[in-house]
Amino acid sequence: MSEYFQDYVAVAAFAAFGLVLVVLTLGITYLVRPSNPTKEKVTTYECGVDPVGEGWNHTFIRYYIFGLLFVVFDVEAVFLFPWAVAAESLGVPGMIAVVIFILTLLEGLLYAVRKGVLKWE
Amino acid sequence: MDWIDVLLVVARVVAVFALLMGVCTLLVWFERKVVADMQNRVGPDRAGPWGILQTVADGVKLFFKEQVTPRKVELGLYLAAPMLAAVPAFLMFMVVPFGRPFTITLGGEERLVPLQGADLNVGLLYVLAMSSVAVYAVVLAGWSSGSKYPLLGGVRATAQAISYEAAMGLSLVPVVLFTGSMRISEIVAAQSSTLTFLGWNIGFPAWNVVVLAPSFLIFTISAVAETNRAPFDLVEAEQEIVGGFHTEYSGLRFALFFLAEYINMFTMSALAVTLFFGGWSGPAWDGVLPAAVSALLPTVWFFVKVLVFLFIFVWLRATLPRLRYDQLMTLGWKRLIPSSLVWLFFIGGALAVRRFGLPWS
Repeated sequence: MSEYFQDYVAVAAFAAFGLVLVVLTLGITYLVRPSNPTKEKVTTYECGVDPVGEGWNHTFIRYYIFGLLFVVFDVEAVFLFPWAVAAESLGVPGMIAVVIFILTLLEGLLYAVRKGVLKWE
Repeated sequence: MDWIDVLLVVARVVAVFALLMGVCTLLVWFERKVVADMQNRVGPDRAGPWGILQTVADGVKLFFKEQVTPRKVELGLYLAAPMLAAVPAFLMFMVVPFGRPFTITLGGEERLVPLQGADLNVGLLYVLAMSSVAVYAVVLAGWSSGSKYPLLGGVRATAQAISYEAAMGLSLVPVVLFTGSMRISEIVAAQSSTLTFLGWNIGFPAWNVVVLAPSFLIFTISAVAETNRAPFDLVEAEQEIVGGFHTEYSGLRFALFFLAEYINMFTMSALAVTLFFGGWSGPAWDGVLPAAVSALLPTVWFFVKVLVFLFIFVWLRATLPRLRYDQLMTLGWKRLIPSSLVWLFFIGGALAVRRFGLPWS
């Protein structure tokens, strides 16, 4: 097995070990902890009074817009990392391409700001 | 790869786990003690000397507590969320080297043992990916609880964590650009010499923070926001939305979220040290001191540096009031992200001039 895969085997071993540890501890607590749910105990928490309506209420749409914007910028970061590693061999043309790429996205952010999307009110 | 190599990998995995658990236990105590000191209180002082076993006591208590499962929850996701919080927290630390690699002779062969879970060639991207996965835990916990306060905490987490995630990702690009590698051990190695300024060796370590100070600032602010720590703890703001996303969790399920938070805090401090302050590099005085001491010293430097950062984390919590949500979003989108992009331009241009010369020459 090559060095390359050896590293990822270690990652997999780590994930498996962590998962087993967490599941095992939760399993052991299942055996030792008390469990006597009553009707009141399993109601949804709402500061002591009986819960009103459903738990899944409507929430502010703004959160969703930030989610959309995030996708753009995280994808941008993912594209920038490979360039940063290979910046030397890509030379000046690569540099120019990245500048155009970033400017395009920066313009998008500017558009969002001017549109008032980022205003929270 | 023979069985000894396999054994070494297993040993490393177990060592990193033991380290994280030990650090987490001490860190909770450390935070409570420091915050208590800053508020003129004594803090925990009953369990063990100076209350150092307080976290263990709390853990044992939570272990034997009843885990109430409210009737309205989405059971599958509700149970998966704590695990989804804890496992990525473990995984994130494994690429951070916490000491100098050493060689041992086993089975008639010299073997290099790095003090690091795995030295991935995409180390930094892996860290970012794992911190993205951690967001799911908070969002799913909030949503699957079927309750109003957790839902609010969940949607707050969506917008907050991802905003600062983007800023953090962009702030790390200059580090890769400057070092030319995403492999964390190489980033550490690049910082292990001393700085040369105008041809003079000024004897100061060549830490990235000297050149990439703006990156470091943006990274630190986003790291505090990413770990949902004060002053960015809107996800679990007690005074506004009870416990936020973990309102409906009790017993060990709650403890797992708690554990994940403190491990993340430690990992973020370790990352700040590794990426900007030279990681484990420091004077080891090879040949002057006994070999065992020299081999151990880098680990000591690493933990000393991390401790400084952990103290800053705690200090921030004890000092700053919580941000308002609109301030949080303004800071993220109108300050951090644009400034990290502009900084990326600047550093990219500067490095291009250094490597390829001025455009008109």
